[in-house]
Formats: sequence, C-alpha cells, structure tokens
Amino acid sequence: MNGTAATALPPRPPVSRRSESPSSRRSAVRRARIVVRGLNFFYGRRQVLFDNNLEIAENRVTAIIGPSGCGKSTHIRVYNRIYSLYRGQRAVGEVLLDGVNILSDKVDTAELRRRVGMIFQQPTPFPMSIFDNVAYGLRLHYRLPKSELEGRVEEALKAVGLWDEVRRHLAAPGTDLSGGQQQRLCIARALAVDPEVILMDEPTSAIDPIATARIEELVVSLKSRYTVVIVTHNMQQAARISDYTAFFHQGRIVEFDETARLFTAPREKRTEDYITGRFG
Amino acid sequence: MTDERRRTGTAGDKLLRAAAAAAAALVLFLMAALFVGLGWHSALSLSKFGVGFLWSSEWNPVAGRYGALSSIYGTLVTTAVAMLVAIPASVLLAFFLAEIAPPAIAKPVGYAVELFAAVPSIIFGMWGLFVLAPIMSEHVQPFLGEAASFLPFFSGPPMGIGMLTAGLILSLMILPYMTSVIRDMFEMTPRSLKEAAYGMGATRWEVTRKVVLRHGAKAVAGAFFLGLGRAMGETMAVTFVVGNSHRISASLFEPANTIASTLANEFAEASDPLYLSALAELGLVLLVMTFGINLLARRMLDRFGAGSGGAR
Amino acid sequence: MRPRSRAARKAADAAASALAFLAAAAGTAVLFWIMAEVFARGASVLGPAFFTRLPAPPGVGGGGLANAVLGTVIITLLATLMAVPPGVLAGVYLAEFAGNGRFASAVRFGVNMLMGVPSIIMGLFVWGTVVIATGGFSAWAGAVSLALIMLPVVARTAEDMLRLVPDSLRESVLAMGAPYWRAMLVIFLAARNGLVTGVLLAVARVGGETAPLLFTALNSPYWPTDLTKPTANLPVTIYNYAMSPYRDWQAMAWGASLVITAGVLALSLVSRFALKTGTERKAKR
Repeated sequence: MNGTAATALPPRPPVSRRSESPSSRRSAVRRARIVVRGLNFFYGRRQVLFDNNLEIAENRVTAIIGPSGCGKSTHIRVYNRIYSLYRGQRAVGEVLLDGVNILSDKVDTAELRRRVGMIFQQPTPFPMSIFDNVAYGLRLHYRLPKSELEGRVEEALKAVGLWDEVRRHLAAPGTDLSGGQQQRLCIARALAVDPEVILMDEPTSAIDPIATARIEELVVSLKSRYTVVIVTHNMQQAARISDYTAFFHQGRIVEFDETARLFTAPREKRTEDYITGRFG
Repeated sequence: MTDERRRTGTAGDKLLRAAAAAAAALVLFLMAALFVGLGWHSALSLSKFGVGFLWSSEWNPVAGRYGALSSIYGTLVTTAVAMLVAIPASVLLAFFLAEIAPPAIAKPVGYAVELFAAVPSIIFGMWGLFVLAPIMSEHVQPFLGEAASFLPFFSGPPMGIGMLTAGLILSLMILPYMTSVIRDMFEMTPRSLKEAAYGMGATRWEVTRKVVLRHGAKAVAGAFFLGLGRAMGETMAVTFVVGNSHRISASLFEPANTIASTLANEFAEASDPLYLSALAELGLVLLVMTFGINLLARRMLDRFGAGSGGAR
Repeated sequence: MRPRSRAARKAADAAASALAFLAAAAGTAVLFWIMAEVFARGASVLGPAFFTRLPAPPGVGGGGLANAVLGTVIITLLATLMAVPPGVLAGVYLAEFAGNGRFASAVRFGVNMLMGVPSIIMGLFVWGTVVIATGGFSAWAGAVSLALIMLPVVARTAEDMLRLVPDSLRESVLAMGAPYWRAMLVIFLAARNGLVTGVLLAVARVGGETAPLLFTALNSPYWPTDLTKPTANLPVTIYNYAMSPYRDWQAMAWGASLVITAGVLALSLVSRFALKTGTERKAKR
C-alpha cells in the first residue's frame, strides 16, 4: 500500500447541502437529511410501527419522545438497519438518506453504518484500550498511516471533551472509565469515522445527572457538524437540547414540530396530555 | 433482507457461518458415527451370537464363545450399589450446602466438592486398590459377613476387591457430579415458594423435602440419571478394584467385571477378530445403555429448565 | 386430622440436618484422605530423576517417567489443538447463528449426549477408526480420542459464554459498520475469560483420562519421538505399573498419580480464578 491510504477519507460534510425534500406536506423542516415515508415495522406478525412519516433536519437535533413501548427506539433502529440482525424483524416503506432508500437490498450496510452512527442506552466500550476503541471504526473503514490515525483519535476524543481526561491513559481498558466517560468514549468512537448522522437511543438513561449534563452539552455542540436524532424518555431533555421533536404513541407519530412549538402549543390533545404528565 | 446474521454479509461472514455450521454438524455426525462405528466392528459377533449375546453368561475366549450377561450383571450391580449410597448422600450434601451451612462453610465445602469432581478416575482406582481394598478386607467385609451373614450379598471370602468396593468407589465418583446439579436446583427454586413454606412454620427439612424437592423433582431425577449414566461407563476406578472375573455371583464380596472393565482388561489380549468384535459389541451395549440413561436425564433436566449438568 | 407433634417434626429436622452435616464432613474427609494418600505415597519418588529419566526395569531402581510426562503433555496439547477450533465454532453456531430452530436443537442435544458418552467408548471408537485406518497405536490416535471428549465440553461452554455477552455489544460493533465476522472478534474478546476457563476445564477433564488411551496411544518405554507410534503417557503408565507385582513400579505409579492429580487440580484452580476475575470485571462495570 506504500503507506498511503487505500481508501480516501471522504471530505468533511459541508455545513449545508441538502435541498428541500420533494414531498414534505406542511413540513416544519427546511433541509431534510432523512425522509421517512410510510414506514411500517413488524416483529414477526406483530406490527409495531404504523405509517411513520418524518423528516430529519440537517445539522439539527431531532428528539423522539413518547411513552415506553411506543416504538421510538424501533423507529431509529431502522435508520442504520441494525434491526436486521434479528430474525423476523421487518421494515416496509421508505427511509431516504440523501434521497436513497436505505431499505433497498442494494444498500451496503457497512457503508450505511459508517455514515449513520449509533449510540446505545448502555455504554458499550469494546473490551480493548481507550485508543483502540476510538480507532476501531477508523481501522475498519480506512487504511490510515499511524500518525493520521493518532490524529483522528485525538480529534474525536477532543470533540467529546474526553481528551484531557484520558490522554495519559490511552492504553488503559475502555471499561475502566466511569459510566459517563464510557458513553462519551462511545460517542467519540462513532464520531471518528466521520458519520453524517448520529442516532442516540436514550444515551443518558444509564448515567448520573452530572454526566448527563455533559452529554447534553455535547449533543448540542455536535449539531454544527452532524445531524442528530435522539430518543429520550425525558421530556425536559428533549426540550433542552432539540430543535425538532416527534411525539410517538402506539407506533404512530402523533405530532412533529419545532420543539419550542410542540412543548408550548401542541396541536394534538394526546401530545398535550403526555407533555403535561397525564399519561406515559 | 432481514436477519443479516444468517443471510447477507461479506465473504468473511459467509466463511464464518459455513465453518460454524460445519462444526455444529460435526457434533451430530460424531454422535451418529459412534453408533455406526461400534456397530460395524460388532458385525462379526452380532452375526455369530445374535441377540443371545445379551443373555449368554458364557465368556470363553479359548472356546470362542462370548456372552455379555456377566459384564452387564456386574455393571448393573456395581451401579446399583453406587446409587444406593450416592442418592441419599447427594441430596443431603446439597441440602447442607444450600440450606444449612453458613456461607463461610458452604463456600469451601462447595469448592471441595468441585475439586472432587476434577480428580481423575484412575486416582480413585489407585486409592481404591491400595488404600480402600485392604480396609474393606480387614475390617468392613468381616464385619458385614458376621452382622448380616443371613444375606446372600455379604457372604464369601473378604478379599477387599469385588463389586461392593467397586460400587463404593463409584458412589464417591458420581457424588460431586450429582450434588452440583441438585444444588443448582435448590438455588433455582423460587425464593417466594420457600418463604411461603417457612411462613407456614415449616422446618428447614420440611421445606426441603416437601417444597424444594417436590418442586424440583424432575431435576433431582435428572441428576440421579446423570450420575447413573456416568457410573455405568466409569472405567478405571472400577477396573482397579472389581476383580476381573466373569462369574456371576450374588455376593457383593465376589470379584466381577463391568462392561467397561472387561473392555479395559481384555482389549490388549484380544487377538482374534471374533474376540475384538465381541468387545466392540460390549462397547455398543454400553453406548446404548448410557445413551438411553442420558436421554432420560436430559428430558428431566430440560423440562425443569435447569441442568447445565456441569461440564464433568 | 391429627396434629403432628411439634417435637417429632423438630426431631426430624434435627436428624436431617445432622445427617447432612455428616455427609458433608464425610465427603470432604474422603477427598482429603485421597489427596493425603496421593501426596504421601507419591512424593517420595518425585525427584529430578522422575522428570528427566526413562523408566527403569523393575527391581533396578532409579529411572524416571520423563517420557510419560512429556507424552502426556504432547497428547493433551494435540487434543486441545484439535478440539478447541471446532468446539468454539460449534458454540458460535449455537450462540450466534442458530436461534432455536430444529437443527440447532438437534445440535444442542448432540452436545449433551456426547458429554455423556463414556470415555472408554470414545477410545474404542477411535481404535475402530483411526488406529485401524492408520495401521497402529499412536499419539495422534490418543489425541483424537481425548479431543472427542473435549469437543462437547468446549462447545457447551463456548455457547454459554458467548450468550453472556450482551446484545448491546454486538449491536454497537455492527453499528460501526463491522461485518459480522469482525464483530465476532470483539465478542470473543469480551468473552475471553469464560472461553479460557472452558478450555482449561476441558483440558483438566482429559488430562487424567486413561481408558481412551488404552485403545489409542497405548504406552511405550521410550521417548515420544514419533507421534505415529505408541507413545508413553502417565495415565496408562499408572495403570500398568499399579497392576504389576513390583513394589518399585507401584511406587512409581503413585508418583505419577501425584503429578497427574497436581496438574489437574492446578488447572481447575486456575480456571476458577480466570472465571472469577472475569465476572468481577463484569460486576464492576
């Protein structure tokens, strides 16, 4: 390989490039990065998502809220097709990423998942060193000279505010970090491969309040470069950090709007009941 | 398009999947091959003696006449002796570990039981031949002979080796194995069930006997069958002390042979094809017996949802 | 309904507890008794010569069992190399790919049944196949017979240990865009303590196996220079020497017993330790 990169790194995504999505009915979203059209989802024969239509704005944070079991996690697990790991799970409809339907068989899931990163509820540091954790995706997708690899790792750790805490222990196991640090490590690992979209599935529910605050700040800072979708059961969190909010109930998207409007002037009775704490 | 583990994937994925499936198939292939292999080598004996092999008590390599009865008898008797000792002992031991002993005692005793399970068969054989057998012949057997002389089981010369000693050694070998399965069952009994019984004023033994053992009756039976299957196939410990004789006698003091000990003792001297074939058929009989017993054990344990059964 | 006497019930409880205590005490005592005999009788012949020299004829004295020690190590090592890859792969199949379909249940059943096959049957089977096909007893055949005993043990533990790895870890590796086989490498790393434990336990299980070797590796008074020839090993040597009428050979058998016992118990303890540190780590997380 002559020490040069076998696969060129893609250019950084420009701050904006998407044009308005063609079929947005009374859309609240200006530039949609992901367009979901008529998405239905099945666990075996049981249908859990019904005709979901949604647009995810570029360089914004979109929150997905709703009572537990409403299908909000299932919904974002379609965006990187992680659901397809399991027998009997099936998505029908269209999920367009930059206009390409990712549910198509022709989509390369490895490349899709490089572009669409995911953070889980439980921090999942890999059983390897902090450095190797962050370098994992880079080594997976690119062939980089050592110096560039190290630079990328440092950059990712800096982006999540972990660099100063771990720069002296890069060889220590990732599992030795605290829960909040582990979650930021996982975010750094996802950021390192230059994704375009970051999916977060209740990323702070297993983490203490102070660490949660740090991650919330981090999420807000991420949107200058990434498109973020965050599932949360915590309405205050959604209100604090998101620009758009979708309210899910029983597998349907009841309401989708700018966060400020959804929380202050919901159009739907069910949304109002939920955000005022009458159910859920 | 769903289920990417099984269908899509890179060449590496396909290779991994194929290798894993092949390894899994190997397990089934081996199980079948055991029967086929032993059956094939038994062919000569099977055709010569037919099913009569099973109940002929003649084992005469010189005359070329072979019957399995003496070995089957020895296997059943030694196994029965072992089960008579190991069944109550394993239940009591599990009761002790799970219910009676404080953790400070249960833990080390539990370790000891597990270590016991790791001691190789041949070590039990050495101990049985050089340590236990002399004690049996000098103290235990004369005593039993006097105290229970009216029973046919305890008559004859106190030689130390024989079915009684072999059965006792076997009981020691299967005890840890059975204990650990029963102990697992104790620990899997819902706490609420036990607490309800204690709440009614039941004693520890009553809770164990009427609630825990009844709730886990299947698993306990499974543990017994696992022990039984193991005792039947156990070779070296028995071979050292069973006495190597093809005479069938009622007295437990008499030497005998089990299927496994016959195989171990006589394989080296078996020169002609018929002799080897008879030994292979003995092996086949043992395989069928232990397979059946283990099948029962599995049924019981699976239904209980328990039963790793221990690797050993 | 006649009320049962409280005193009788208490007495029954006390009696059962006493018997249970007795069973535990007796069981532990017998274990220590066996260990004590092995150590007492075996230690006297263990010296440098035991581990460096070839066996001496009876009555001559001196001599050692170095060839048998080496042979046992070689055969066990070969068996491990043969059993671990297919065993782990079968575990991977059951834990990762199989689900609960019919083939998977059949394989699980097969694993359980193989674990119950008496070791002497494995020996007889390998004699009937490998020994006959290759034309003689050999270290290879011995290793195959031990590998067959190890295979289901390794497969079973591998499945159990891989199942302990949380799905969230699998998902997060795959969510990085890794193909499944690369994700497996991470999953193996996560399960490594358990896997090592399983392998060590399997090795401990076959380390002292004698019966299968009688049919396969047999024995030899020489150095194990050719793995296609009958090969010296400790268990069969113990058997032969113990059954011989010579005092000094019987003493050597005790020495060999001590070596085998110490080795097997050490492996069990090490594997217990490995598993423990594994679970403690997990608990810390």
